[in-house]
Amino acid sequence: MKEEQRKVAEVRRRRRNDIILVAVILLLAAAGIAIFLLARESGERVVVMLDGEVFAEYSLSDSVTAEIPSGIEGKNRNRLVIADGKAWVSEADCPDLICARHKPISHEGETIVCIPNRLVISIE
Amino acid sequence: MNGRTKKIVFLALMASLALTLSYLESLLPPISASFPGIKMGLPNIVIILTLYCFGVKEAAAVSFVRLAGAVLLFGNVVTFAYSFAGAALSLSLMAILRRLDVFSAVGVSVVGGVSHNAGQIFVAILLLDTPQIGYYMCVLATSGTVAGILVGFAGSIAIKYFKRIYSGVDR
Repeated sequence: MKEEQRKVAEVRRRRRNDIILVAVILLLAAAGIAIFLLARESGERVVVMLDGEVFAEYSLSDSVTAEIPSGIEGKNRNRLVIADGKAWVSEADCPDLICARHKPISHEGETIVCIPNRLVISIE
Repeated sequence: MNGRTKKIVFLALMASLALTLSYLESLLPPISASFPGIKMGLPNIVIILTLYCFGVKEAAAVSFVRLAGAVLLFGNVVTFAYSFAGAALSLSLMAILRRLDVFSAVGVSVVGGVSHNAGQIFVAILLLDTPQIGYYMCVLATSGTVAGILVGFAGSIAIKYFKRIYSGVDR
């Protein structure tokens, strides 16, 4: 009898610790996400880099639609749109279109990258 | 079949099972477009079973064979660096926690899953030289916990029935 009671108590103890563990982890993760969202700053400039070199700079408050030729001899292009304080790629003819599907960026440090066209759009 | 042979055969089966689960996982569509690399961690069911029913050395052997098989069949050396870091950290913590007997298999599995991701993120930060990747841990910790709970329950069931299966082989 005593042996069984002890085992049940052990199982309960472990289960209780499990729950505390999960709660702590989820709490820390939530706190991390909160800090990340609150600490980011709105950006001012949109910097366009082709092949590692600055190609153009715009202000985030501009309203611009710009055709950016790719780093490779004029074959591919991306269309950059800046409006409403955000920047995004509306059209591209790269094979994967990751750049075009990206959410509009507006905060310091955010980037939209088109690897096939060697294009990096970043906010500073 | 003597005891040692039986153990070797069983562990080999576990290693191939883990490898197969790893492959199956890679076939599933990505859970999230914004967050690539989120995995369920099915192979950890096998690792946990091996850890609890045999020991650290055996679990490490199974884990290593599974990683070696995965990189030889499906990946490249870089993939192996990530996986190895994650698995090494994960197994070390799981072994320590099991010895300390603080959590049940579910809790141990949660720590295993989250630390596996943490190990991979750490390698990513080192190789790509971008500490910003660290923020990704918040998302991975959440998904790793959920996955760890499910894997832990599956592993607990397997551990419970293990003795019956293992000793039954001699018939």
